[in-house]
Amino acid sequence: MKTVSSIALALGALLVFAVPRVAPAETDCLSCHGDKTLQDASGHSVGVDAAKFGASIHGSLKCGDCHATIKDYPHPDQVTPVKCETCHADQAAGLVGSVHANRAEHPCTSCHGGAHSIFPKADSRSAVYPLNIPRTCGACHGNAAMAQKHGLPNVYPLYIDSIHGFALSKEGLLVAANCQSCHGSHHILSHKNPLSPTYKTNIPKTCGTCHAGITENYMGGVHGKAVAAGNLNAPVCTDCHTAHAILQPTAAAFRMQSTPICGSCHKDKLSTYRDTFHSQLGSLGGYVETARCWDCHGAHDVLPASDPRSPIAKANLVTTCGRCHAGANASFVQYQPHANAHNRKLNPALYFVRLFMNLLLAGTLGFFMIHTILWLIRSRYDQIKRKAAGGGKNA
Amino acid sequence: MPDQEPAVVESGEKRPTGERYFMRFTRAQRYLHAALFTSFLGLAATGLPLRFSESIWARGLAKGVGGFGAILFFHKFCAIVLSVAFLIHVKDLFTRAVVHHEKGIFWGKTSMVANWKDVKDLFGHIRWFLGLGPKPQFDRYAYWEKFDYWAVFWGMVVIGFSGYAMWFAPFFAHFLPGWALNAVLVIHSEEGLLAILFIFSIHFVNTHLRPDSFPMDMVIFTGVESEEEFKTKRPEEYKRLAAQGKLEARLGEAPGIWQINFSKVVGFTAIFIGLLLLVLTLSEYFRP
Repeated sequence: MKTVSSIALALGALLVFAVPRVAPAETDCLSCHGDKTLQDASGHSVGVDAAKFGASIHGSLKCGDCHATIKDYPHPDQVTPVKCETCHADQAAGLVGSVHANRAEHPCTSCHGGAHSIFPKADSRSAVYPLNIPRTCGACHGNAAMAQKHGLPNVYPLYIDSIHGFALSKEGLLVAANCQSCHGSHHILSHKNPLSPTYKTNIPKTCGTCHAGITENYMGGVHGKAVAAGNLNAPVCTDCHTAHAILQPTAAAFRMQSTPICGSCHKDKLSTYRDTFHSQLGSLGGYVETARCWDCHGAHDVLPASDPRSPIAKANLVTTCGRCHAGANASFVQYQPHANAHNRKLNPALYFVRLFMNLLLAGTLGFFMIHTILWLIRSRYDQIKRKAAGGGKNA
Repeated sequence: MPDQEPAVVESGEKRPTGERYFMRFTRAQRYLHAALFTSFLGLAATGLPLRFSESIWARGLAKGVGGFGAILFFHKFCAIVLSVAFLIHVKDLFTRAVVHHEKGIFWGKTSMVANWKDVKDLFGHIRWFLGLGPKPQFDRYAYWEKFDYWAVFWGMVVIGFSGYAMWFAPFFAHFLPGWALNAVLVIHSEEGLLAILFIFSIHFVNTHLRPDSFPMDMVIFTGVESEEEFKTKRPEEYKRLAAQGKLEARLGEAPGIWQINFSKVVGFTAIFIGLLLLVLTLSEYFRP
């Protein structure tokens, strides 16, 4: 076996040396381009780090494999750009029609790094290695001026402080969602494009690639069903969790920001919730324990009260309220967390209690306001009059 | 409150004036008032941010003390202090009425219970405001003072009950129907607002800021008032005591300088906090 391979190697070597030269040898190119400081007429670096290139994924290729138009040495000043699609036809096809379709603005190297130091995406040196992707995309999408120019949100800072960004940058989790987990890589489409994984109705599926259990719950709830039925007003994952600035849902910041999100659609419910102790105590700084929408309604599998599986179904209320209020009984759960004291038909008792209290307040204050003002005027008048007659302070 | 044994007035430097001073409030009554107004200020300062939890100042205050959880804690703490003060007062009334058979506590010229003279005084006072009649001659407690007393008494019962009903909601649900749990918040906040608006505007002006007492009636802090003040403000009581020869028994010592100064600091602080809270409350009512 050993002898056979030795012979094959010798034959191979002979063959290589026997082939006539058509392109300049690597050593010829590197005699100039090996100087890392070499620049072309317009000042672009045209130096090549031979060692780094040799280690890169294209290290086994020859210069002429990519720079196919260069035949002679020395070559002309103007050379045609390298066509990556010669080999990477699938990827090039993906770019067509994508948001990065303009090749002049988005050359392959803008994401894959320097042309002579491209590594496979599983290599931590690669610009598209999962842990490096946010930084790579952020080079443009973390640039406020660029974001403004294209009418895009400046997403990198939002992402990097999110739960996904933390998992990736702090924990180094390869499975943490990075940009391309949701947006794809070459064929990135606008979220307005129905084919995009970030198009509203596709979002549950996109998030479900990782969060499969939650997506299943969600699809069984009223919001999931509404979206599946084509109601674009119903919320998908990103409507509540946001797209990039996703927080740990148990975190105080998320508990503080979530209620207005539900309330942006359920306006009447938000307004009645605002009148309750749950909201008054919970709407501000630091106190996050009081009930938020999903503490009672569920988060993903929101179901109407008429559904026996719903946490707000009559039979489940003692359990649901009892999660916070130990000792809650059947009478306790008659409490209406969305009572409207202004609605005589819905909450007559509360309506009249409020009316009585308001009349008491207005009556008492009104009477004594007039009483006090008259008194003030009269006693000042009296005081001045008596003082003129030589009276003292209390005269 | 009817007369009690006048407490010994704290000895202090005598003021140079030769004026005589008469006891009006016992030391226990003054301490009770102090407990009442400090805990009430605390309750108002921690209750208003909860009531107006969307306002900027509520957020600032909440942040300042460590969030709304902390505010609720202070609110409950003050509530317990006030409840204890209230129970001490009720126990005191009970002892005097049942144990000592003090009749004057429910009826008579020194009772807190309203009588026909109070009705006449109210109308007489208003006639005087309008220049239609003479100034009524008040006895130990004028009708507005009795109103203040009963407003606070009723207020403490109502606000206290509704507050405890929220604090221990699952327990109260054993006796109360479900809708009552909704009602207690409305009652608590409306009655609380009434108390705040009343005390910080009407009571402050009627008792302290009106020209006769401006800028502050010190009697609730020192327990004594000058003879001139006594005669002007409560001529009926003065005349009655003089006729019965009991005036000398009511003599007290002139308040010491430190007592006056201490009272001023405490009193003006309370009035300042109260007026500040009043402005904040009104700013929420008249917010565009």
